[in-house]
Amino acid sequence: MATGGGQQARPTRPSSFSRVSSSSFSPASSSSTSTSLPPGVRIGANGAAFVSSGIPDLDRILGGGFLVRSVVMVMEDADAPHHLLLLRNFMSQGIVHGQSVLFAGPTKEPRSFLGTLPSPVVQKEGLKIKHDVSDVQDKEKGLRIAWQYKKYFGELTAVDSHNRDKKQEYSSDFDLRKPLERQLLNSQNIECISTQDAFDLSKLQNHCLTFVSKLSLKDGINSNAGRIAIQSLCAPQCGYFEKDWDMLSFIRSLRATVQSSNAVAVITFPASVLSNSISKRWQHLADTLLSVRAIPDEDKDLAKLLTGYQDMLGFLHVHKVAQFNSQVPVILDASTYSLKLQKRKSLVLERLNQAPVEGSSGVSYATSGSCSSSKGSLLDF
Amino acid sequence: MAELCDLLAEAMGHSLPVGKVVLIGDCVETSGAFVLHLLLKRCLSLDSSFVVFVALSHPFSHYDRILRKMGCNLSAQKKNGNLHFLELLDFSARSKENSVDDGFCKLYNEIRKSVEAARSKDTKASCVYIMIDDISLLEIAADGSENDVLNFLHYCSTLTSETDCSLIILNHEDVYSSEDAPRLLAHLQHLSDIEIRAAPLNTGLAADVHGQLTVINKGLLNDDRRSGRRIWNFQFKVKENSVEFFYPGSQH
Repeated sequence: MATGGGQQARPTRPSSFSRVSSSSFSPASSSSTSTSLPPGVRIGANGAAFVSSGIPDLDRILGGGFLVRSVVMVMEDADAPHHLLLLRNFMSQGIVHGQSVLFAGPTKEPRSFLGTLPSPVVQKEGLKIKHDVSDVQDKEKGLRIAWQYKKYFGELTAVDSHNRDKKQEYSSDFDLRKPLERQLLNSQNIECISTQDAFDLSKLQNHCLTFVSKLSLKDGINSNAGRIAIQSLCAPQCGYFEKDWDMLSFIRSLRATVQSSNAVAVITFPASVLSNSISKRWQHLADTLLSVRAIPDEDKDLAKLLTGYQDMLGFLHVHKVAQFNSQVPVILDASTYSLKLQKRKSLVLERLNQAPVEGSSGVSYATSGSCSSSKGSLLDF
Repeated sequence: MAELCDLLAEAMGHSLPVGKVVLIGDCVETSGAFVLHLLLKRCLSLDSSFVVFVALSHPFSHYDRILRKMGCNLSAQKKNGNLHFLELLDFSARSKENSVDDGFCKLYNEIRKSVEAARSKDTKASCVYIMIDDISLLEIAADGSENDVLNFLHYCSTLTSETDCSLIILNHEDVYSSEDAPRLLAHLQHLSDIEIRAAPLNTGLAADVHGQLTVINKGLLNDDRRSGRRIWNFQFKVKENSVEFFYPGSQH
């Protein structure tokens, strides 16, 4: 029983499943050109393979994207559906790259969710921006930019620092106002499953197993990456809602499935409906853990505290970042970001900037990254 | 050994535990897996040791890569018979024919056979260690049946006293601290001789200090410890090839 798993009460795995010793995307020693990698997959540090989350800012924050063979969990906020923004971009990115996508949602017709997926933005002004930025960079050496305006320059340089071609291949900017083209949605490798009336999770588990086994049919080289997106796994309307341990068992087996295949799983769940201890168990099972929080509409304190408050949709907090074959924890400069819609169409994540404070109140302000605020417990700058 | 002079080794009594139960606790914010990796490396570095590693959380390749960066070749140790690696990523104690109890029985028997085989070989292993990563996954494998997990752990701990082997367990403590009756945690704490707890810093995240470690060493019959000190608290920074331990403010 040394390798290969223990007793299996669950349905047996298909025989085409094979244990790959390292990431099957690791480039061959002699020819490590990007053409040997399947579309939408990039190799990062330590030979780790990443797929884009669909949000370029999030890819940058997480150090490349979502790690292949990992499970990403997003804790939802009961007040706002911002987790759907993450799910949609994640799925759209996969479809645009021709990757297989499996979606499970707690509605009667999960297929209709596909109609809300965004379409990629068409890049037109690429050359112009490049020119402007090099000018700015020269000027910046002689200028000392006030901290409050640094964020604008930061955004411009980020746009340019990506190699134009590579960026369009790996990570797309999505226009949330425009739905994805119909013909892309009719592709054969997009599956939708409803979890609403499911009495238990065995059907979903089987679907995941077959989905993943189809990915590795082309033994080793060039097997396609797959994306599993599960919305609100522990939603109260699901038939299995009361069965805490069944759900944990499912996540664990999904984790094992994903760990030995070229797939990434993104699971969103409303943590508030679970008990504290079960919620912690879920959080421990995640390789990457994010949470989204809604912003109250007219919070005067927050408006005073943060710049650009009116444009913010919500907060994204990064709790844990997956590491590939390394024990060193990933420490981010900032772990809370604001979700904003840029030009009303693309999703961006921005670091939080505390607004300058009236002189008399005496609270010291600093650039995002470290400060203690009156709402220190809520926000982690 | 040059290695065994850092703060963690000092807290553990300057030697690896023999016939003891070591409990490593961590939380979502701060993972304690690095302690397990470090102990695994130290155990395998001894002249004749044998380790049974029950891996429920990550596959062999994960540990292999990490330990390799720390200077320990797990594949070689496995080949030499010093390491018995049980990869149980989808281990489920309950199956169609068996109850949860039987499932754990089989696992325990396998561990016991392997430990006894190590003891009875020609080149007798002087130190045997059983490592479990991690307990919360055992509970999931048991479908939440706390009693079965406790039974299994009790059997393993009696094995430690019978055959002088040590049990090293990784446990996610924050799962139990939010419960009303943290029974499993209380039992584990009672069973353990050494507790090592990884926690985040009170002041939040930092790039240079990854967290703090609290070590409670309950060993009473330790003659060479003059002060009889039981509790250590220090900070740590995890690196690819090692871990640094230091008192707050004394990192160079």
